[in-house]
Amino acid sequence: MMDLLNILLSDSFWAASLRIATPLIFGVLGALICERAGVLNLGIEGIFVVGAMCGWMAVWLGAGLWGGVLFAALAGAFFGLLHAILTVPLGLSQHVSGLGITLFATSVSYYTYRTALPNVSSPPRIEPFQALDIPVLSDLPFLGPVLFQQTALTWLALLMVGLVWYVMNRTALGVAIKAVGDNPDSVDAQGLSVYGLRMGAIVAGSALMALGGAFLTMSAFDAFFFGMVNGRGWVCIALVIFASWRPGKALLGALLFGAFDALQVRLQTEMGALVPGQVFLMAPYILSIIALVIAARSADYPRALLTPWFKGQR
Amino acid sequence: MAELTALRLIGLSKCFGSVIANDNVSLTLAKGEVLALLGENGAGKTTLMNMLFGHYLPDAGRVEVADETGTLHPLPLGHPQAALAAGVGMVHQHFALAENINALDNITLGSEPLLALKRDRRSARAKIEGIIERSGLSAPLNVPVGRLSVGERQRVEILKALYRDARILVLDEPTAVLTPQEADTLFENIKAMTKDGLSVIFISHKLREVLAFSDRIAVLRHGKKVGEMATAEADEKAIARMMVGADTPKVARRDMAPGMPILKLSNVSVGGRSQRDRLKGVNLTVHAHEILGVAGISGNGQSGLANVISGLAQPEGGSLSVNDTLVTRPGPGAMVRAGVGRIPEDRHHEGIVGAMSVAENMVIERLDDPAIQSRGLLKRDAIQANAEKLAKAYDVRGPGVTAPSRLLSGGNIQKLILARVFERGPRLILANQPTRGLDMGAAAEVGRRLLEARARGAGVVLISEDLDEILGLADRVVVIRDGNLVEAGSHDREKIGLMMAGEPA
Amino acid sequence: MIRIEPRESPSRAFAVGIPVLSAVISLAFAAIPLLAAGANPLVAYGEMIKGVFGSVFAVSEMLTRATPLIFTGLAAALAFRAKLWNIGAEGQLYLGAMAAVGIGSGFLDISGLLLLPLIIFLGAAAGAVGMMAPTYLKVRFGADEVVTTLLLNFIILIFLQMMLEGPLQDPMGLGWPQSAPVLDQGMLPPLMDRMRVHSGLILALVLAAIAQFMLARSVWGFKLRAVGENTAAARHAGINVRRSLFVVAAISGALAGLAGVSEVAGLKGYLTSDLSPGFGYTGIVVAMLAGLSPVGVVIAALFIASVFVGADSMSRAMGVSSFLADLVVSMSLLCVLVGGFLARYRILRTRAAKA
Repeated sequence: MMDLLNILLSDSFWAASLRIATPLIFGVLGALICERAGVLNLGIEGIFVVGAMCGWMAVWLGAGLWGGVLFAALAGAFFGLLHAILTVPLGLSQHVSGLGITLFATSVSYYTYRTALPNVSSPPRIEPFQALDIPVLSDLPFLGPVLFQQTALTWLALLMVGLVWYVMNRTALGVAIKAVGDNPDSVDAQGLSVYGLRMGAIVAGSALMALGGAFLTMSAFDAFFFGMVNGRGWVCIALVIFASWRPGKALLGALLFGAFDALQVRLQTEMGALVPGQVFLMAPYILSIIALVIAARSADYPRALLTPWFKGQR
Repeated sequence: MAELTALRLIGLSKCFGSVIANDNVSLTLAKGEVLALLGENGAGKTTLMNMLFGHYLPDAGRVEVADETGTLHPLPLGHPQAALAAGVGMVHQHFALAENINALDNITLGSEPLLALKRDRRSARAKIEGIIERSGLSAPLNVPVGRLSVGERQRVEILKALYRDARILVLDEPTAVLTPQEADTLFENIKAMTKDGLSVIFISHKLREVLAFSDRIAVLRHGKKVGEMATAEADEKAIARMMVGADTPKVARRDMAPGMPILKLSNVSVGGRSQRDRLKGVNLTVHAHEILGVAGISGNGQSGLANVISGLAQPEGGSLSVNDTLVTRPGPGAMVRAGVGRIPEDRHHEGIVGAMSVAENMVIERLDDPAIQSRGLLKRDAIQANAEKLAKAYDVRGPGVTAPSRLLSGGNIQKLILARVFERGPRLILANQPTRGLDMGAAAEVGRRLLEARARGAGVVLISEDLDEILGLADRVVVIRDGNLVEAGSHDREKIGLMMAGEPA
Repeated sequence: MIRIEPRESPSRAFAVGIPVLSAVISLAFAAIPLLAAGANPLVAYGEMIKGVFGSVFAVSEMLTRATPLIFTGLAAALAFRAKLWNIGAEGQLYLGAMAAVGIGSGFLDISGLLLLPLIIFLGAAAGAVGMMAPTYLKVRFGADEVVTTLLLNFIILIFLQMMLEGPLQDPMGLGWPQSAPVLDQGMLPPLMDRMRVHSGLILALVLAAIAQFMLARSVWGFKLRAVGENTAAARHAGINVRRSLFVVAAISGALAGLAGVSEVAGLKGYLTSDLSPGFGYTGIVVAMLAGLSPVGVVIAALFIASVFVGADSMSRAMGVSSFLADLVVSMSLLCVLVGGFLARYRILRTRAAKA
């Protein structure tokens, strides 16, 4: 019991939680924007892969770290646009289209990686984002290591939480996105473009998802390898329901998840002899399902989620 | 006359596939005038207004709208944005409101630049409050619209148009969801606004309010304009004939003595998220040879009552018996087996499986019938023969019984459901809004079938928002309000209207 | 201006034409990544065709590859018909496989004749349970089955690794995470001498035929179609929607479980954690290409198996990454989606009325 308390009070634990949460923050925010506009984006898992691969490859080709971030976001936006075209003007099944995007994006990434590096046995490494070392602040007890020794991408993720919150709650654009996900007719009747809003939201949301992937290769690890996303995208889809489509709760959900994941790693080293390690590996996925089950009944789904809308068919 | 013209529709036509919705319709609206657009369901009223507002693109014709100075300008068609900019505001029958944002946001939606970093909510609020003061149309501005009442939502819709400086207001069946008293207030507010130069077109099929509140009447039938006149000179009978094309076939109705009780609800309560689904300890008895009319404003528990009788809702308290047999485990299947025939409110959504064939939809309630299946395998010949027989007997027209049922027209879908229900000789019939959206002929057929069932000895629960339909068919009327049922005791329209509004009669 | 209008009744030709066209287009698109890899597309297509149809062995390989895809394709097609989004066939496949090696590798001492039926039955049952659990969460708590089945895939895979390092590990396996082999009497017999194609294929074909028949002719199929096409109307008509969902969940999961049984007891003989290169996910593509029709699933599975086997062979010959096959498969899914749209709607170009 003391051990658990020690873990929970250690700054390294909380620093790890925030680090693990970072890609999820990007992913949940991205899914949140798409779903607020009324479109489920199951392309998320594949877009994570694309973001991871493109960010890594851009840096590997010498574009610089921020060049890699930009390239990852653009690549994510491209696959988001594909999903947007299929689900918004064409009104196709959001489930199937999303899964199709995931399969397509994943295979494009893998094929590109394999074609660019046909004969490598160990993946080439890049110089990833380093922890920011802010004078004074990073020397603060506890807060220093937890907050001020994270990489720039973690800060970008936290900044995005604020930005998405501001847009959703304080701007006309946010009002319009919420309205189009609730009742597209309300937006159409006021002369705004339902297609434009929805497609824009999907493209923007997908760009954010890709940043979650980019974090994996450019901050968490320093190389790209197959299967590295490992269901993180799907976890985000569960978390966004848990967060009831609110940016603040999305941050909270991602942090809780990160904390749990960090805890299981530490427990695994403490109790590895007693319980097989896989039990701990399973735990985050089981936690996601539990979070979903708890939240699902009372969830206030955007009313028009999954419902296509066609102009002139009221 | 020296009146200024506010709007001209010139030769508008529109087809949907092979259906002609509007055929060369022209209309003129004067400044400050209230024009009633009258016609049966499906006459093309809403299509015409949707073309004016840019939701539909006409196949032919054009629209001219006057600017502030009274000069007419052509309106680019197919763009709601252009219609809004020209001063045309439309209030749809199905509200176009987002329920997760408040009234203020709904009203200002689309009138602010989307990419601005800040919103000027203060001046927007001031403008809206000014409009509320002048028009008398008030609604809470800060509450999510999902929590507003139907009347409040409608006022938000009108405020939306006025906020955009609408000079021409189009109202599509504005009173369908209001009590007669609420409707009167609404029209008085509108009348007052026309004094300031607002021009109004309202769509209706209620002759009474049209005669009471419009300046001029235009009548549509089968997509064509068949008549136009000043309201002062209008003759009620003549208009009715114009709408229908011939004298309305009056349903013959014999008086009958009620028989034994068929349906008994005692102290039945139903929970639910919205008011439309809730019932609060309701008592109700329906007898053989009796049509019971349930009158009420939309959303006062009609869904709850219908759900209980059709087996979709589990009562939280109280008991339900059909034919003196207590229904212990209510469910749609149990109710069908107990001899209840159900005509659902939303025939597309609950009545048929659109992708399945007409023949399959005709047997969907009797899948355990050995005439239809044996040992789990369908008897396809029997299903086909059954469908052909019923299609003939109930005059279900369409591309054939093997075609998907969604290809049928609304009237024929209803006939399919009638065939399915009446063929089993039900002891009790639940008819929920059975004639909504049907043309006069199809509606009369529904009435005839209900009376036939009554003569045969069935009990009928007729839920309708159309008071005239209830008064025409029902032996006894109850009023549903806020989940409670009250015996009306008479067929007095005025009294029932007051009871619907919840005022002591 | 462009407008979209529904077609009154989509023609039959579309139902067959679109998947075929999608397959052709996605193969044609594959020329782009081939060129990017510096390969001559025409030569590559030639290699692929040779790799699938060039010899009896090649055809046998293709049929072997198609076998699990027919099972997982049927699993997806039937569930999707009821609008139950079973994306968890991958996990259910491994549940079936675990049951097969758990029973079949000597755990029970059963005479030869009984062992194979028991393996098949328990493998199917394990898969069925794997889909009924998320269906319960959906029906009882409203938890979206897409997310739960997806997450379950990961959970089951980790569970599998735990089993392969624990109770299911082959004591003779030198510590490798793999199961003991299925006893000979528990194996699905091969169909041809010295070829890998096995009688799992026959089982798959028979099940596809039964599914086709039951869907069209049985009360069960009637209810399943009604629930999938319009749940509210089905419920209103007195169909027990929950029971229909549970039954189709069990059948769908069982079919996916059989894919695992067939791979273990028909092909590999033992279980490792890389038994399936994503058969569960590819099954979704198979089902969509098939228009959710069981007979279509067989044809679509043969096509996709050809793509995989052909691409593998081409990859060996020309050094192009075999991920090309995944690329073609995912593109064919997107193409068939767009094609389905064109079948249901027509796109009209209208000139705005002259102002």
